[in-house]
Amino acid sequence: MISAPAPTPVIPSFGGSDACVANTNSLFCPSWVSQNWGSILQPELLQHIELTVVAVVIGTVIAFVAALIAFRHGWFAQGFGAISAILYTIPSLAFFEMFVPVTGIGMLTIEIGLVGYTLLILFRNILEGLRAAPAEALTAAAGIGMTPRQTFWKVNVRLALPAIFAGLRVATVTTISLATVAAYISTIGLGAGIQRAIQNSFNTELLATGILTIILALVADALIVLIQRVLTPWQRAARRS
Amino acid sequence: MIDVLEDRVSGVEIEFTHVTKRFPGQEQPAVSDLSLTVEAGQICCLVGPSGGGKTTAMKLVNRLIEPTEGDILIGGKSITDSDPVELRRGIGYVIQETGLFPHMTIGENIGVVPQLLGWPKKRTTERAAELLKLVNLEPEMAKRYPAQLSGGQRQRVGLARALAADPPLMLMDEPFGALDHITRSMVQDEFLRVHREVGKTVLFVTHDIDEAIKMADKIAVFRQGGVLAQYAAPDELLAHPADDFVADLVGADRGIKRLSLRTAGELADSGGTAADGTPRVEAGTTLRETLALLLSEGAQEASVHGDAGPVGVITLEKIRQVAGAS
Ligand SMILES: Nc1ncnc2c1ncn2[C@@H]1O[C@H](COP(=O)(O)OP(=O)(O)OP(=O)(O)O)[C@@H](O)[C@H]1O
Ligand SMILES: [Mg+2]
Repeated sequence: MISAPAPTPVIPSFGGSDACVANTNSLFCPSWVSQNWGSILQPELLQHIELTVVAVVIGTVIAFVAALIAFRHGWFAQGFGAISAILYTIPSLAFFEMFVPVTGIGMLTIEIGLVGYTLLILFRNILEGLRAAPAEALTAAAGIGMTPRQTFWKVNVRLALPAIFAGLRVATVTTISLATVAAYISTIGLGAGIQRAIQNSFNTELLATGILTIILALVADALIVLIQRVLTPWQRAARRS
Repeated sequence: MIDVLEDRVSGVEIEFTHVTKRFPGQEQPAVSDLSLTVEAGQICCLVGPSGGGKTTAMKLVNRLIEPTEGDILIGGKSITDSDPVELRRGIGYVIQETGLFPHMTIGENIGVVPQLLGWPKKRTTERAAELLKLVNLEPEMAKRYPAQLSGGQRQRVGLARALAADPPLMLMDEPFGALDHITRSMVQDEFLRVHREVGKTVLFVTHDIDEAIKMADKIAVFRQGGVLAQYAAPDELLAHPADDFVADLVGADRGIKRLSLRTAGELADSGGTAADGTPRVEAGTTLRETLALLLSEGAQEASVHGDAGPVGVITLEKIRQVAGAS
C-alpha cells in the first residue's frame, strides 16, 4: 500500500475527512490507516518496539546476573524469587503508578515497571536452565580439565539456552502487551493510540492499533524462535532422531 | 631410552601409596590405606561392592577428590606437584553414560581437551577424524550430536574423547555399564584392540567380574570401606581367591571362568594323535568353548589345529584339571 505524503492534521486522530471516518458507526476505515500510517501508527509502533526492547534487554541482563549469583548461592535464589513473585502479583497499573512519585511521569517509570515484570519470568527460566546441565556432563567437564569458569560458560550457560529462550519468548510477548497499559502513565507507544481511540470511540484506530500490537507480538516471537534455532542446533538434531 | 618394545607402550606407571580418604561425617573411610601399583601400559580393573570406594579411588587420581592421607605417583611424580586442572588435561577420563556434552557435536566433543590445551583448530579437527577412525566410526559422525547416536556409538566417542590429547593414563568409571550384553561385548573388543594400538595405562572400574576378567592385566578387589581385598592377575584371582569374600565375588563358577583365559593351543599335547572322527578345534579357541564342544559331542578329546595344521590333542581330563586347580 502506498502511503500518502504525511498530512499535518490539526487533530491527529481525525486526520482524514472522508465519509467512512466521519461516520462514527463504521468499523474500520482503511483510508484512515493509510493516511495516518506515517504520522501516527508508525511512530507509535516504533516507540512500542523501543519500550519493549529496552525492557527485555535490561530485564535479561539483571535476571542473568541475579541467576548467576543464585546459581552459586541458594539463599539468593529464594530471596530474589520471592521478591519478584510479589512484584508479579501487583496489578500492572498500580505497579506503574507506584513509581510515579519517585521517578516522575515518563519513560523511566514505564521501563522500571516493564523490567520488573520481565524479571520473574527470566530469572526463573535462566536459573532453571543453568541448573539443568546433566550431572555426568558436569563431572566430565571437571574431570577432563575444565576450570569452574570454563564449565560454567561452556557447559551450564550453553545448556541453559533453550530455557533462556523459552523465558525470553514469554517475557517479550508479555512486555508487548503490558506496554499498552503504560500509556496511562505517559502517552507513548501503541497504548497511546488505544487510549485515544477509546476516548473518541473511534473504532478504526482501536482496531488498527490492537492488530498492530498482536502482529508485533507474533513477529517478535517468531524472531526469537528463529534466533534460538540458530543458537541451539543440538535441540533440533535431538528432535529429528 | 628404549624405543623398541614388543607392544606399544605409551602409558605410565601409577602408584597409590597408603592412600586413605575419609569423607566428613562418614564413619567408614571410602578408601582405606590403599597401596597398589599399576605397571605402565597395563589395564587394572577395580571391582567390588557398591559403595566400596572404586569411584573415589579414581577421582583421587585426577584430584576431583583430595586424599586424607597418602599420595599417588604418576610416573614417579606426586600428583600434588601439578595444578589439578593441568593434571586432568593429561589424564583421559571416561564415565558411565559417557558424560558427552549434549550441545556439542561429536567432533567438538572429541576435540574439547585439545581445544582446552590450545591446539590449532585444524590439528584438533584432524585429530578428531583420526580418533573416529580408530574407534571404528564413520567420519561423517563428527557433525552429529550425541542424541543422534546409539549407546554403543556414544561409548566409543567417550573413549575417543579421552584419547584425544594422547594421555598416558586413562580413568574409566563403569564406561560400558549402560550397554546391553551384545553391544558391551563389542565395545570391549573394540577397546582391547585400541588398547593394543595405543598402549595406555588404564584404571577401569566395573561391576561385572566377567568384564574384569576379560579386560584386566590385574584386578583389584575392593571390599566395603575401600579396603583392598586382593590384587592379582585374573587367572591368579580365579585360581586362588584370597578369602571367602573374593571367592564369593568371583563366583562359584570361577573354574569355568578360568577356562575363558586359556586357549586350546596353549594346552594341547603335541605328542598325542587323535583318532579319526574326534572333534576339531582351532588353536585360538578358549578352553571354555572347547569344553562346551566336547560335552555337546560327547567326546573325550579333540584335535587342535593351528594355522599350519594339527598341533596336538586336548583331553577332557586336562581341561578338568585346569578348571579344578585351586
Ligand atoms: N562426595 C562425597 N561425600 C561424602 N561421601 C561420599 C562422597 N562420594 C562418595 N562417598 C561415600 O564414599 C563411599 C564410596 O563411594 P564410591 O562412590 O567410591 O563407591 P563405588 O565403589 O564407586 O560404588 P558404586 O559401585 O556404587 O559406584 C560410599 O559410602 C559413598 O557414600
Ligand atoms: Mg562408582
